[in-house]
Amino acid sequence: MPRPAEVALPSDREVLVTRTFDAPRQLVWDAHTRPELVQQWQGYEGWDMPVCEMDVRVGGKYKWLWRNRDDGKQFGFFGTFTEVQAPSKLVHHQYFDPGDMDFAMPAGDPCIVSLELSEQGRVTTLVCNLTFASKDARDDAVSTGMTDGMEHSYTRLDDIVQAAA
Amino acid sequence: MVQYQPARLDASFAALSDATRRGILERLGQADASITELAGKFQMTLTGMKKHIGVLEQTGLVTTEKVGRVRTCRLGPRRLEQEAAWIERYREIAEQNYQRLDGLLEKLQATPSRRSRTQE
Repeated sequence: MPRPAEVALPSDREVLVTRTFDAPRQLVWDAHTRPELVQQWQGYEGWDMPVCEMDVRVGGKYKWLWRNRDDGKQFGFFGTFTEVQAPSKLVHHQYFDPGDMDFAMPAGDPCIVSLELSEQGRVTTLVCNLTFASKDARDDAVSTGMTDGMEHSYTRLDDIVQAAA
Repeated sequence: MVQYQPARLDASFAALSDATRRGILERLGQADASITELAGKFQMTLTGMKKHIGVLEQTGLVTTEKVGRVRTCRLGPRRLEQEAAWIERYREIAEQNYQRLDGLLEKLQATPSRRSRTQE
């Protein structure tokens, strides 16, 4: 039974996410590195993922783009892989692409995302460290792709419900 | 899960509606400071600064401690509550993604894979 994700703030610009999965490490690695699998779980309610390109090797690039199902607005992330040790460690530099959303966060310095997987008896532990360029950048992350994606969907839903009333 | 009471939220909004008070919180976010230092930085009288600090103290956004003749101000428990709320928000979003991943992993293990024949 997987334990829910835990989030900690080890320093003023880091986020540490820990989660277990009832699956072999290789599968969890595949789910994070094969575009056709990534598209099936990464994202937000009410958003499609029209672009999921990943060249998983050192120096390889990736691009993720989400589009809102109702109004077509887009935002995403892109970057470069700097460390690839299948199936245990994946490090990439992540840049935010605000697209045509009205986010406060500027598309500036990258966040360094470091993913480590370990397995014990068919249970895989994921530890993901996100190190932002600054405390402000980290604090802004709550109102970028992560949560504004959700807020945008809920706002649209409110609009639709009110229009129908 | 952090629960907020409406009255406390209103007081916080009122406390944060003033630009000087927001500035004070930003300054204290960098380091503790005495009321005298804050008065100097924001170019106001000691009395004026005490009023602002009083409002912030009431909402728990700032706590103060008097040692000798110096009253030191620092960010209060309410600020930590906000940080906890931030963490919870972030966690919720991550968890939603991971629950979808749980479903995908279950699906991948259920169907026979051409790659592996060691699944139970």
